[in-house]
Amino acid sequence: MALLDVSSLSVEYQSLYGPVHAVRGASLSVSAGRALGLVGESGCGKTTLARALIGVLPRGARVTGGAVRVDGTDLLRLPPEAVNEYRWRRIAIVPQAAMDSLDPVQRVGDQMVETMVLRGGLTRDGARARARELFRLVGLEPERLRLFPHELSGGMKQRAVIALALALRPQLVIADEPVTALDVIVQHQVLRTLRDLRQALDLSLLLITHDISVVAHLCDDVAVMYAGRIVESGPVAEVFARPRHPYTMGLRNAFPSLRDSQEHLVPIEGYPPDLASPPRGCAFAERCPFAVPRCWDEDPDLTPFGDGLSAACHRAHEAAMLRDHAAEAFERMARDKTPVAPPEAK
Amino acid sequence: MPILEVDRLEKHYPLHSGLLGSLVGARRFVHAVNGVSFALDEGANMGLAGESGCGKTTTAKLILRLLTPTGGAIRFAGADIAALQGPGLLAYRRQAQFVFQNPYEALNPRFTILRAMLEPLIVHGIGASATDRVLRVAEALQQVHLDPPEAFFMKYPHQLSGGQLQRVVIARALLVGPSLLVADEPVSMLDVSVRAGVLNLMRDLTRRRGLTTLYISHDLALIRYMCTTTAVMYLGTICEIGPTAEIIEHPKHPYTQALVAAVPDPDPARAAPAVEITEGMPTPLHLPPGCPFADRCPKVMEVCRRIRPQLQPVEGVQVACHLYGEAH
Repeated sequence: MALLDVSSLSVEYQSLYGPVHAVRGASLSVSAGRALGLVGESGCGKTTLARALIGVLPRGARVTGGAVRVDGTDLLRLPPEAVNEYRWRRIAIVPQAAMDSLDPVQRVGDQMVETMVLRGGLTRDGARARARELFRLVGLEPERLRLFPHELSGGMKQRAVIALALALRPQLVIADEPVTALDVIVQHQVLRTLRDLRQALDLSLLLITHDISVVAHLCDDVAVMYAGRIVESGPVAEVFARPRHPYTMGLRNAFPSLRDSQEHLVPIEGYPPDLASPPRGCAFAERCPFAVPRCWDEDPDLTPFGDGLSAACHRAHEAAMLRDHAAEAFERMARDKTPVAPPEAK
Repeated sequence: MPILEVDRLEKHYPLHSGLLGSLVGARRFVHAVNGVSFALDEGANMGLAGESGCGKTTTAKLILRLLTPTGGAIRFAGADIAALQGPGLLAYRRQAQFVFQNPYEALNPRFTILRAMLEPLIVHGIGASATDRVLRVAEALQQVHLDPPEAFFMKYPHQLSGGQLQRVVIARALLVGPSLLVADEPVSMLDVSVRAGVLNLMRDLTRRRGLTTLYISHDLALIRYMCTTTAVMYLGTICEIGPTAEIIEHPKHPYTQALVAAVPDPDPARAAPAVEITEGMPTPLHLPPGCPFADRCPKVMEVCRRIRPQLQPVEGVQVACHLYGEAH
């Protein structure tokens, strides 16, 4: 059984112009000991999804449906005090830009100890010892606990917030863009630390990022999110080598690779839909060069295709043929600004 | 002859050392750019790569004379522009334009797109009449695929997406007919799916017009896609410069080697090699007498801490590293 199982989760934001459907029936699962990368563009709902998992949505947002099961227990049905037993103890989150939220006038160690004492129920001495242990675990000298945040580099601060997330020995860590603000060499080293921690602590990881190369580097599985839904998921190697959803195909062609000199980048024409009034059919239909009439009317479900692969596309069964035409079709769409006639179905 | 020549360019910022410090007379400086030299031929393009704080944006701002250099020379079409002022500087600005990193901040939120685009034409006195200027704006918008242009005239920046805004910024930069374009992280604020479109557009436009282009980016994959020449900066100096393919496939300088190895690949089948240098760049405050990279270099030698290596030709590129010299 999966450690974390999210099914048909929906989250709405209240706005002046009515509800914005930020997450629209998203389903994903993380098995024990595995790392899942959740990728998507900004505004696709990935951060909202992560915050909904542990019940820390911002004001104005509320869960409107679905279930978040941890070892079979639906967190959304539990009273708030009971959710606290899961938050940080079972599932810890490293929020986006957490390293910039450290209190600038307190020593890093004092902040960690205070949090562990007040929220984690540790004794002061126990927390101090744990902080030293955690710093060593994430590759920082324990002496640095005495420093103030401005005396630490970006990479060290990121390590410190990762250490804090691990304080109560969670099974699952949710990391929201953990390396985005870091320089490439530091990013590489923080990713390596995350990978070592996974092995050493048998951690499961839900990594949220817009950068598919980070997922390729660190994760076993990937879930691709678009306009509030998971459109494709499965093992990283399989999804990136043989994508079944046109959006995933488009992303692969739009992403520059350092090690490929012959490539030609192809953009995905257009922009994601306005989630205040999401389209009736597939949210990607407007930007999809392979859309057929059915796509405009009927939103496809995330359908399993065996080997842990799933895709939400009416034409996923023709994926092999679509893949061969993808670069050319997206290119034509970007040039002509109009949907192209889909290749004939077999 | 190169159209742009940068010669031992320097920008030092004095540190405020307080009353006591200034009495003692110990003035300290941040060496943001510390002796950068390169030349660009007309129509050529170059990528300036490096981590944050290496001085790449400062170099760009010096070249555009948004900042005034502390030392060194910048020659544009043969004339030194390092100390230009007044009308001379205005004339230079028409020749050299900037594409800013953040399109959301580069446009005045209270100006319509038309108004924002007319501004440079008015400043530089381009266009015979108001009608002529509006026509030029329409043409420029069309060239960046904002079609039909009239539909964008009366829009405000908040009504456009990031990709559309960056196209407006590019169109505005090209409007005055520059011969040099400097783009500082032109797509880092944009989503992956629209980045490729903006990059392809910039590549087409600059090639078609024979523009000399300087791309500033931390992203080597982007530089590989856009540029034939690459310069890698570290702590205010260029540590390696040469043809992009050579620099990325056979990096010579230990810093370039680490930088290239650290870039994750979108293909999960390609394993990432280990990077052996310590994280975090030192501040450009106390520069050591020797190589600026010596403290982090896995191949550091005794000579590196004493003598600062100069750029020298090694197998088709220029490298500033004692590993490749006779100095040791």
